[in-house]
Amino acid sequence: MNVSDPILELENISLSFGAVHALADVSFSIYPGEVLAIIGPNGAGKTTMLNVINGVYHPSEGKINYKGQARARMRPHQTAVQGIARTFQNVALFKGMNTVDNIMTGRNLKMNTNILLQALYWGPAQREEAVHREAVEKVIDFLEIEAVRKTVVGRLPFGLQKRVELGRALAAEPEILLLDEPMAGMNLEEKEDMCRFVLDVNEEFGTTIVLIEHDMSVVMDISDRVVVLDYGRKISEGTPDEVRGDQRVIDAYLGVAH
Amino acid sequence: MLYRESGQFKTSYKADMAIFPIRQDLWGLITTLIVAVVIVPLFASEHMIVGYLLPFMIWSIAAIGLNILTGYAGQLSLGHGAFMAVGAYSAYNLAVRIPDLPLLAVFIGAGLIAAACGVVVGSPSLRIKGFYLAVATLAAQFFSEWVFATFPWFVGGAASMVIDTPKMSLFGYPIESNLDNYFLVLGFVIVTTLLAKNLVRSEIGRAWMAVRDMDVAAEVIGIRPLYTKLSAFAVSSFFAGIAGALYAFCYVKSVDFTAFDLFVSLKVLFMIIIGGMGSILGCFLGAAFIVILPILLNVAAHHLTGGNVSPELITNIEHMTFGGLIVYFLIVEPHGLARMWTTAKEKLRLWPFPH
Repeated sequence: MNVSDPILELENISLSFGAVHALADVSFSIYPGEVLAIIGPNGAGKTTMLNVINGVYHPSEGKINYKGQARARMRPHQTAVQGIARTFQNVALFKGMNTVDNIMTGRNLKMNTNILLQALYWGPAQREEAVHREAVEKVIDFLEIEAVRKTVVGRLPFGLQKRVELGRALAAEPEILLLDEPMAGMNLEEKEDMCRFVLDVNEEFGTTIVLIEHDMSVVMDISDRVVVLDYGRKISEGTPDEVRGDQRVIDAYLGVAH
Repeated sequence: MLYRESGQFKTSYKADMAIFPIRQDLWGLITTLIVAVVIVPLFASEHMIVGYLLPFMIWSIAAIGLNILTGYAGQLSLGHGAFMAVGAYSAYNLAVRIPDLPLLAVFIGAGLIAAACGVVVGSPSLRIKGFYLAVATLAAQFFSEWVFATFPWFVGGAASMVIDTPKMSLFGYPIESNLDNYFLVLGFVIVTTLLAKNLVRSEIGRAWMAVRDMDVAAEVIGIRPLYTKLSAFAVSSFFAGIAGALYAFCYVKSVDFTAFDLFVSLKVLFMIIIGGMGSILGCFLGAAFIVILPILLNVAAHHLTGGNVSPELITNIEHMTFGGLIVYFLIVEPHGLARMWTTAKEKLRLWPFPH
């Protein structure tokens, strides 16, 4: 595969919920190793777009190509097998489990011992737990959450929960990482930390990152390219500077004088 | 002796992931085992064993089964009694129709047949959730009662529909006395508890809890919802089947479908709610609460009144006290007795210097 070939192509994606056209004829491509931001006013269809990419929703029209191959209708766990991981807008952690166990779930696709061996907790099952625990500890190190590794995540402050959720996605070692408003509800310091982690993931592991974000300074700083949605349509695409100067984007955000 | 893990350093992930990483817990477990294996057989009366310990242990296994399904995997079920019935009838039929089958194979086979039924009953769980699933599993409860009441084949054509269980022997040693039964059930309690504890700390256990806490996120991270839910149903029903078989063979010594009615399903559900959802220890606490407390209340009521009050009044007072205690404990700690114990442990870690 050529480096400049897109890793994921979205062609003419449309999706309606009843009479609501959540997405209408949206096309764009995601290139390996880039940080792509999807922005747009509330209700523009950004989260719906992520849901389409990782198989939670199925587009009513349009085609998705993953690494040059047309993707059939897929369940979310199948897209996870293909290497797409994500975080959610409202933290979707497993609240009753501690940090280590939450991040360990991110390794589930790499764990293969059968249920009988797990019941006996013997031989391969035990070794596998230890191997993946080590991988999880690397993620914990990377995100600097060592102090809360045995804390039940429901008790953690919001900023740390977001970090644990990123850890869970990272533990899967994804090729494409979808982040739905990773900085929402954070203070400046936490936002800076999160930006640093996102950029580090992108640079150290070469992970392709697609993020939705409302904080424009963050978007302009860390993304390579920006896609702008409004009312389910793509109104602009390009580098942060190009998008910033686009009249349609300014109109979408500020409104048009009548 | 303080409950504190300071000074206990782990040098490997394996040690950190041990079943009881804190030494005090391990001591507590060893003490319990010594009491169960040595002290009880030496000092407990027949009445103590038959009246308290056997039902307590059997219901604990049933509660572990339901806790895996409801407490860990988050699938509400009102059909646990049905799986216990399937276990009891399967064990009876296996033992009678295949006379040379070893006793352990009878019980394990009963568990496996119950597990298969669990998978069938659990299959709608992919589509329906919560209370609706509870109603769907309720169908299993009524269906099993109807099947076992209608077809005499399950009791070998007996007219009475209630049939005594055959004699048991383990490795050539006949199991006759109450103490023999006690040891057999105790063995099953230890093994099932260990298996359950291992499952919930393994990959499958994390998958169950993930589906319970946030099913969309679980699927997005790669957990297969159908396999995860059905495996929870299978494991849960397996334990229920073994508990049902033990109940019939070691406790009441007869197979009777009326012993596994809807009230049984509710009783096990109460056990895990009061004991603590998502806690293996909670299964034992809940079973003790539901099984042993009413007996203790009965004894206490008789001592306090000295036989001067009518028995009906005493029974009513017992029921009211029991209900009052359930309400009291649920108000004090809605997450169950196991959570109380966890909270107590956290306080003990800091005591006597809380800051």
